[in-house]
Amino acid sequence: MYAQMIQSEKTDEDPRALAEFQARIDRGEKIEPKDWMPEGYRRTLIRQIGQHAHSEIVGQLPEGNWITRAPTLERKAILLAKVQDEAGHGLYLYCAAETLGISRDALTEKLLDGSMKYSSIFNYPTLTWADMGAVGWLVDGAAIMNQVPLQRTSFGPYSRAMIRICKEESFHQRQGYDIMMKMANGTPEQRRMAQNALDRFWYPSLMMFGPSDAESVHSAQNMAWKIKINTNDELRQKFVDQTVPQAEYLGLTIPDPDLKWNAETGHYDFSEPDWTEFFDVLKGDGPCNAERMEARRKAWDEGAWVREGLLAHARKKRAAKTAAE
Amino acid sequence: MDPAFEFLCRMGDNTLVLGHRVSEWCGHSPVLEEDIALANTALDLIGQTQLWLGLAAEVEGAGRDADALAMTRDAWDFRNVLLVELPNGDFGRTMMRQCLFDAWHDLVLAELRDSTDDRIAAIADKTSREVAYHLERSRDTVIGLGDGTEESHARMQAALDRLYPYVGELFETDAVDAALAEAGIAPDPGNLRDAYDARITGIMAEATLTIPDSRFAHKGGRDGVRHTEHLGHLLTEMQWLQRAYPGATW
Amino acid sequence: MSNEWPLWEIFIRGQHGMAHRHVGSLHAPDADMAIKNARDVYTRRNEGVSIWVVEAARITASSPSDKGPMYDPARSKVYRHPTFFDIPDDVEPM
Repeated sequence: MYAQMIQSEKTDEDPRALAEFQARIDRGEKIEPKDWMPEGYRRTLIRQIGQHAHSEIVGQLPEGNWITRAPTLERKAILLAKVQDEAGHGLYLYCAAETLGISRDALTEKLLDGSMKYSSIFNYPTLTWADMGAVGWLVDGAAIMNQVPLQRTSFGPYSRAMIRICKEESFHQRQGYDIMMKMANGTPEQRRMAQNALDRFWYPSLMMFGPSDAESVHSAQNMAWKIKINTNDELRQKFVDQTVPQAEYLGLTIPDPDLKWNAETGHYDFSEPDWTEFFDVLKGDGPCNAERMEARRKAWDEGAWVREGLLAHARKKRAAKTAAE
Repeated sequence: MDPAFEFLCRMGDNTLVLGHRVSEWCGHSPVLEEDIALANTALDLIGQTQLWLGLAAEVEGAGRDADALAMTRDAWDFRNVLLVELPNGDFGRTMMRQCLFDAWHDLVLAELRDSTDDRIAAIADKTSREVAYHLERSRDTVIGLGDGTEESHARMQAALDRLYPYVGELFETDAVDAALAEAGIAPDPGNLRDAYDARITGIMAEATLTIPDSRFAHKGGRDGVRHTEHLGHLLTEMQWLQRAYPGATW
Repeated sequence: MSNEWPLWEIFIRGQHGMAHRHVGSLHAPDADMAIKNARDVYTRRNEGVSIWVVEAARITASSPSDKGPMYDPARSKVYRHPTFFDIPDDVEPM
């Protein structure tokens, strides 16, 4: 998911306060920034919302890679609008995190020094135009699985950001699938591209949900706090069940020889992704980790003079205005 | 050569090539709010390209459409001014180029709203509102950075010095322009220069920047005679899929 | 002094006759730029809407009413402020 493997932070407060806090959440009340909250809740949320925001921002890069090579003016406009949406979603999420007492700049610095992560999926390269289809269809499809339930998360600003994001994101998966349909029904080369994109993005998409956490203490705490709504396995299964028929419709083959419908469970059985690869990517050894971080660092470092320049001008203007009054 | 087709390619190629350049910033801007704003500008310019090149293709009547014009012409058939094909440079240079272009674009569209060709007037009417906002934003950024810190001032002055020799081409007049001006379809570009200078002088004064004395102008873009080396690379990237897989639909 | 652009709260009136509604926040060096950024971020340039921007630090908010003194509500700021908290550098990475 965009926020993977979020461990809950320890909390060490008055049990009475904790119980009352939990009761509020159980009643379905939203927690707002000025409300009392356990320190662990606050810190876990900062980590989760921050990671989610970072994922949106780093997530601009693999798709941004194709904006200047989009095959038609319309495709270029759609892709640009989509990548722009990701910047917007990052912005909403940073603002939600800021209500918890951490600034966007501080969060950015944590991304750049490696102490905060972003989703593993964005460390995979986009090599052909069909990847724009696969990313929209699979990656956004997987993200939506998680984001729709998060609209009901207990923290008000996070919930509101997710509602806005889900509303804007409805076209993302569709435009991805639309590209895949064009490719799958296109020339033999285009079909080959489409299959190749599915082959490369299938398992990384399954990894987005993170390893099984059904037994995890962290997961249980985060679910009690309604920071996490479903287990990783639930969401992954839902994703597979939804995606297999879509692949069949395209006439594409999911790269899993063991994938089959299980009439007993009413779900598809499927192979686990290679979790060693997942942990390598998280550690920084994915195919594009170095490039992604270099790009973000470059934008931040080379943008410093711009941020400072515009702020200096604003301060001059204010000083002049004050002097005139 | 049909002057109307030529003129429409000039308008459409300007927005196409500048839109492409601005879109290169997506995901790489100094701050999120600017990233989003620049993407809006690029989106507007791409949309405007569809209108101008769409009409160009219609006027040409050779069975091409806007995509065919954008994706399959070679550099010598492009009619954009050199200013817009120059590489982005730093953020300051990108915004300086935007401001220098917007100030002209806004003026020319205001004239084109009165074009005797209704189709051109309609495009100008629609796009002029977008461009007025582009200018407002690029102007504010040039002023803010020009009159910001010592470093931002120095960078903006360097950007102006680097780009100013490409401004003059916007006001070149040739037989195409004469024919269109005669028919009341488009203004004579030369007639816009005074209004442009007044604008730019005002903006640069507020930005505490010095406009170079020399009126020397690089040219060769709007007539396609001699583009910069940069355009070929830009087209290589932009047109790659259509060139590598001719006849495919996307 | 921090070089981070201040945070602004954005209020938009989408239709005539409606009240301005809080839509979110953003960063900008000053109020003029906050309005422009709001146009680009929250309206995608929709014309005819009215935008209010307020620096977040200038907003005074009530305290949650149903809490006893043990809950130690934050003071007047609408949002808790970054500087109120010291996030340890060793917050363990994921």
